[in-house]
Order: sequence, then C-alpha cells, then structure tokens
Amino acid sequence: MKFITTLLLAALMAYAIGIYTSVPWWSFAITNLIVAIAIPQKPLISFVSGALSIGLLWACLSMIIDQSNHHILATKVATILPLKGSYVLLILVTSIVGALLGGLASLTGSFLRSSKA
Amino acid sequence: MRLLPFIASAIATISLVTVLNTQLSIGPTKSPRLGYFLSPQHGFWKNAEKVNTNFDASIIANELKGNVDVYLDDRLVPHIYADNDQDAYFVQGYLHAKFRLWQMDFQTRVASGRLSEIAGADKLPIDRFFRRLGMVYGAEKTEANINATNPEMKETVDAYTAGVNAFIKQTDPADMPFEFKLMNYAPENWTPKKTYLFLMFMSYDLTGRAATSDLQLTNTRDFLGYDLFDKLYTNNQDSLDPIIPKGTVYQKPSIVPIKPINADSAYLHLSKALDIKNIEMPVAPNKNNGSNNWAVSGSKTKSGRPILASDPHLGLNMPSLWYEVQITTPTHSTYGASFPGSPAVIIGFNDSLAWGVTNAGRDVLDFYEIKFKDSTENEYWFNGKWNTAEKRIEVIKVKDSADVIEQIPMTVWGPTMYDAHYQNPQSKGRNLAIQWTAHNASNGAETFYRLNRAKNYDDYIKAISLWTCPGQNFVLATKSGDIAIKQQGSFVARWERQGDFIMSGDDTTYAWQGMIPNEENPTIKNPERGFVSSANQKATDATYPYYLGTATSFPLYRGISVNQHLIGMSGITAENMQALQTNNDNVFAATARPALMKYVQVDKLSPDAKRMLDEMTNWDLVNSEKSKGITIFEIVWDSVTQAVWGDELAGSPTTLNSPDDFILVDQLLKDSNWSIADDIRTKGKVENFKDQVTLGVENATKKLLELEKENKLEWSLFKATRVMHLTKTPALSRMNLPIGGGKNIINATTEMHGPSWRMVVHLTDEIEAYGLYPGGQSGNPGSKYYDTFIDYWAAGKYYRLLFLAKEKLIQNERTKWHIQFKKANA
Repeated sequence: MKFITTLLLAALMAYAIGIYTSVPWWSFAITNLIVAIAIPQKPLISFVSGALSIGLLWACLSMIIDQSNHHILATKVATILPLKGSYVLLILVTSIVGALLGGLASLTGSFLRSSKA
Repeated sequence: MRLLPFIASAIATISLVTVLNTQLSIGPTKSPRLGYFLSPQHGFWKNAEKVNTNFDASIIANELKGNVDVYLDDRLVPHIYADNDQDAYFVQGYLHAKFRLWQMDFQTRVASGRLSEIAGADKLPIDRFFRRLGMVYGAEKTEANINATNPEMKETVDAYTAGVNAFIKQTDPADMPFEFKLMNYAPENWTPKKTYLFLMFMSYDLTGRAATSDLQLTNTRDFLGYDLFDKLYTNNQDSLDPIIPKGTVYQKPSIVPIKPINADSAYLHLSKALDIKNIEMPVAPNKNNGSNNWAVSGSKTKSGRPILASDPHLGLNMPSLWYEVQITTPTHSTYGASFPGSPAVIIGFNDSLAWGVTNAGRDVLDFYEIKFKDSTENEYWFNGKWNTAEKRIEVIKVKDSADVIEQIPMTVWGPTMYDAHYQNPQSKGRNLAIQWTAHNASNGAETFYRLNRAKNYDDYIKAISLWTCPGQNFVLATKSGDIAIKQQGSFVARWERQGDFIMSGDDTTYAWQGMIPNEENPTIKNPERGFVSSANQKATDATYPYYLGTATSFPLYRGISVNQHLIGMSGITAENMQALQTNNDNVFAATARPALMKYVQVDKLSPDAKRMLDEMTNWDLVNSEKSKGITIFEIVWDSVTQAVWGDELAGSPTTLNSPDDFILVDQLLKDSNWSIADDIRTKGKVENFKDQVTLGVENATKKLLELEKENKLEWSLFKATRVMHLTKTPALSRMNLPIGGGKNIINATTEMHGPSWRMVVHLTDEIEAYGLYPGGQSGNPGSKYYDTFIDYWAAGKYYRLLFLAKEKLIQNERTKWHIQFKKANA
C-alpha cells in the first residue's frame, strides 16, 4: 500500500512541478526526495517506487504526445540520437532516463530518513 | 549506520543530474542536454504538435492600435485583416515568430557572424568571414539611414519587430522551437538591425559570389596568363538571347567609363602573382542562384489578360526561406511569399498587379589591393600620401572560449577584408579592401513596401527605383494589361573587365567612375512580341553602352529555353505557364549533343562505351526524373570538358574557375581547330576534338558502369535532390526527391538548389493565382505542416492560392482557424 502511495504521490508531484516550466527539468528529483523522506520505505523498495513513478509518468506523457503527433517528431529525434528511427525505443529511453534519476533521488531520500532514525 | 550509503546515493544523484544537464561532445558536434531534451514537460516532446491541432487563438497585445483578424487556411497560410498597416506588420512579425522563430534567429546569426556564440570555435571561420566582409557594417549603415531619413519604413520595421517580440514574451520557454533545445540556446529579442542583417544576407547570397570569384578569376588569370585566360573565359556569348531583345536601340550613356591607359599591362596582363592561394572560403553563394520570371500580355493568352510567372532559384532549405501570407488593410491587399525576418510580401501580387524577381548577376563587388605603412595597419597609401585607416572592431563571442576580436582597417574603398590577420602565412602582406554596393545605406526594404501597394506601371517604376542591391530583374503584369521588365539596382559604370580581377588601390585610377542612372537601366514595357522574360542571362546585347560583367556570371540556356517556348505559344492559360515553369527540356543538350556526335569516333569505342553512347543518342533531350540518357550526357560532357581543358588547368595550387559550357559548345560548333583541344602534356602529339571527344566518352563509360552497378543511372537517383534543414541534419531534411530538371533547365532543380517559390498569377478581375514552395508553413520539424508542400512541389503540381476579401474568406471551405489579436481584454 505504501509502495503504491509513494509511487502515485511522487508521480503526481513530479507532474505538478513539471507544469511550471520555469523551474529546472530535474525538479522531480527534489519532489521524489521529499516523498521518500515523508514516507519511509526500505531503500530498495524506495528506489523501485521512485523509478517507477517517473519512468511511468514519462512513458505515459511521451506516449500520449507521440500518439497524437503520429510519431512525426519522435521518428526524427530517434534518427538523430541515434535510435534507428524507432519511436518505441525513444519512449523507452525517455522513460529509463526519468526512472534512473527518479529512483536515485528516492533512494537518497530513503537513506536520509533512515540515517536520521 | 546509513550515512555512507546516503552520501554515495546523493553523489550519484547529483552526478546524474549534472551529466544529464550537460552538453556532451559527440565528434565535432554537441549533444543536447539529454535530461532536459527528453523531459516530456520541458524538452523536445513539447514540440511534437498534435496532427489535429486547433490553431484558434485569442491574443492580447497592447502594442496594437486596433483589432486584427487572422484566418488560417488548410495549408496554414495566414490571411491577415487589419484596420491599419502598422497592426498588420505587427501581426506578420508575430506569425513569423510563431512559426519560424528559430530560423529567423539562425539566419541572422549567420549573417552577423554570431554562430560561434552558440556552436563554439568550430564556426569561427564562417563568423570571421562574414564579419570581415562587412555584413554588420552594411546593416548598421542601412539602419542608421532609415532611422534618420525614412520614418515610414522605420515605423514599419518597428511594428514588425514589436510583433516578433510580443510572441517571444508571451511564449513559455518549453514551447520554444525544437532547434533551440537541440542546440541548447535560448531565443533573444528581435531588433530592426536583425531585419537589415537578413536583407544584407540576401545581398550576399545574390551578389557575394564575387567575393570568391574575383579572387579565383585573378588566380586563374595569373596561372594561365591573360591571353589564354581570355580564350577560356571569353566574354562573347554567341548564342545569347538577352532579356531586352537584340536590336533594341539604347540612348547615349551619361557616363562613359574610361579604361586606364596602363590597364593592359598593369591590370589585364599583370604577371605579378598575387599569391593569394589557399584563402579558404568557408562559404560561397551557389553559382546557380538565379531564377526565371516572365509575363505574357493579353494578346497571347486565352482570356486576353496578362499572366505572370516567377520562380526564384535558391538553396533548398527547411525551414524554407519563404512564408506565404495575405496582408489586407485599408491601404492595400497583397498576397505572396514573405521572408521570415522582414515585413511585407517579397514576391507576389495585389488586387491590381503582380510582380516577380530574378537575379541580375551584375558585378557590384570589387577588391582593391592596399599598401599599409607598417604592421600596425594604421595608415594606408592612397593618392600619393599615407591616409589613416580607422579600425572597425568586431567582437566575436565564442562558446566555452575567449572572445575573438577582429580589427578591420577601413579604407576609402571599404573594409580591408584580407590583411595580415586574416589570411594564411603564404599570403602575408597582401591586403585587399572590398568595395561593395551592399555596404551603402539602402532603402531597399521600401521597394517591397511600395510594390505591395502599387496600382500601376508608374507605381512599380517608382517602387523599384529605390532598389540598390542585389540587382534584380523586376517583372510586372497589371490587371489593366501592361507587362514590363526592368533590371534595377545600383550598378557600376564599368569599362570592359573592370573589377573582374583584383585592382590596384594606390589611387583613383581603378576606382568606380560613377553609377549608372536608373533611367539607363535596361527596361522594356509592352514589347511587340507579347512577352517579357528573364532567366539570369545578360540583360542586353553588346550595343548596351555599359559593361555588364564577366560572361561566366550569366547562364545562357534557360533564357533561350524560356524565350523559345514563349515565342511559340498562344492562347496561353495559367496551366500552360505552370507547365512551362516545370518544363524539363534541355536546350543545352539539344545543341551540345549533335556537336559531340560530329566528333566521336564510334569505331574506336569499347562495346560498353558504344552502348552508353547509343542510350545517349536515343535520349529524348528531356531531363525527366527516370531518364538515363541525361545522366549519361552529363557525365560524358564533363569528361569531354576535362579532356579538352583539364590539362591547361592542371597543376594549379588553388582551385580555378571552370570555364563555362557555352565556350566549348561554341568551339565545337565552329568546327575550329581549337588549340585548347590539344593535350599539352603529350609531347610530340597534337590532339584534336575527335581525339578528345572519343576519349571523353570512353572515360565517362568507366564512371557510368559504376553507376549502373549501383543502380543510380536514373536521373533523379543520380542527382539526389534534397531539401536540407539549415543545420544540415539529414533526419530533419527531405532526401532523394523524385524530381527531374537540372542545370540549364527551366525547372532548375539540382542537388540542393532550385525553384524555391513557384508562382503563376493570371490577372483576371478576380485574380487567379497558383503557387507553392518546397517546404511547409510551419518551421517546426514536429509539425504535420513542416514539409507539406514538398511532394507536391516535386511532382510539379500547384495549389490554388486563396486571395479573398474578409467576408468571402470566412465563408470559404478551405478556411480552418481564426486567431484574434486584440488590444486588451474587452
């Protein structure tokens, strides 16, 4: 239950802070950290929940955008990056980048909480 | 104890943020900041526009005087209806920014030598080139002049600028164009100076080739000697069909330029090698920058009304140089292609007339050699004494590196482009100042402003009389039935060959002796033959009293082709004019192929060469997309030219100009025993045309067999026409387009160059106009409207242009969206 709560809460907060485009793109690392401090979990679980929160958020957002764009831009970017022009791979890479940072931030939060305890 | 894991994890997190927030070097280029770039709420995903985007909007802008309604049609062309002119230009600026902001930024960065600022030291050669060429200098002079003397244009450019900046101010950074994110920099505010820099860039694109070719021609003359040079680069074009028909009588010139008495020895036959080798030109405008335009009078059309056609040939880029727009205010109603970066319509029509332009190709840029007193370059020799050379300081900012400062000594001629600080070690001590009409303050922007409002021939003449650089052939057709063409610009009254090579800057001996008065520029109105046309050929025959420039600046064959077709046509419709714009007949090959066939010794050819020659002989002389004959002809022709003059040009340490095709055709046709045909490298043997043509076919066959193996003999596969993104990124470009045409063809589509806007206007009561450009109205690679017109363009098709009064447009089924501009929330 805690796992799902942190996952959803972190995703929600990341999305909310992301609406303010004047703050840096990595602000979700801070919201993840806060969530992990507020709701303590074991480090590994915290990492997974944090990673999934951002990974899924970014995957969903990019997938929705990509669908209504008919893959026009994703195909081009996936050629530049280079990901063989595959929009699927590009969404995957987007999601993994978000997940990795989200997970690490949550992990840091969980260590901080348990180190204080 | 969790402190250590905490520290480790925190460090890992911060490191990852740092890496994802940094541009990484990948070879010579830099990656975007990956985390930012991939973030769906900040990065490139934000530019992936919904294919069913609703462009309806309501925009508040307090700079406006009244309200403006913009309707976007199904091709995303805005139709601007404003209560006054300033508001119309404000909205044009806003829309240019909304759809093309990055391109506007990038193009003016190139023009002003500011690429290094965003892309790093790699781009320094390009930046230094444009700075030393005096691009910023010219734009500043124009700006100062307009601010001081031309309140109407100042107001116009200011309104346009305010529109661009209103968009920038109102737009969230996450919604800024894709390329800013890719290259990791932010847009800056527009300024009037940027508009003048953009126009300066057009001057460079259309007259700046001389900055390269004058040096090359000088090198070529030095290498060959003037006598041989004059044979290979002769100024006589026997088959010229000029813009103004042959036999036209010209009035007595008001200026008779006098060739300096020592010019033969001290200029033309100068043997002192200037040793300017290895000056690397980082960029040079395309030699094929040209265009077609023509107008046929009612006497030749089915409707009895004139038809005008215009297709400027420029580099094929995305986002396109052009942006279609309709501007309707109480003073005028105009439609056409505009430049993102500049107000008003550049090539188009209004409810009274239509106009188009082609490049005049006249030489308006010269180099003068300067002597400095010493290495400080503070004083230079002119008219028998040392004169002060003020230094113009240009600071080039360089990303991740120290500023580079150019100190350009200014002379009576203009900026000293090449000096000890700007050339390579071999050429130390050679100083070249540049004199260029583009450096003079210009009111050129007003020409288009006036053309947008012109009602008749007299208005057109008044509007274009303000035009100075780059020289253009302005074609006109009016509803009232007039057709006309005038070559207009600020042109130097030259003696023969003046300025083809570097000249001495010691005194006024080689100076320009005057500018040709506008009234004496070549012009023709309502000619008997029922049409006017231009295709970058020389404007006049040799009876025109002024020297037009070296023949190599004037392509011959498109003009011949256009005129041949127009002479033969009657009962013309707009569809006929579209067909002519996309015509692929090869009049050059029609002359050159039989000339080659006269000499080829078939019995000496290999079986493969015979087979290729057969295919070339059976070719229908049309550069169609699937044709193999044209590919064979092109390669054979190149091979023959190599065999004929490759030996004369071989061994030069620098790139020499290639002589023009017409030179060889004329000689082949004359059946002369042209001495150049001999391969000077074979001692004791004298080759003639028979030997060289046969050798050429045989050499070409080797290359042709390779192409055949790669399956690239078909013309469009061999030519591989592409429309490149301005960053040259293939993924953002359209490659290998299925299109015919080529050099010397009316459909002048080559590898990366061609008809950049095709327009046909039938001047009926309700104007019937067609047009398109290879690109799309949106500059966003993530938009469905990014490359909308390209396939249509390649197929030679046209769109009917919507040019309607507001009430009619609102009801038109092709009208899709409405953007309201209001002063304040009512």
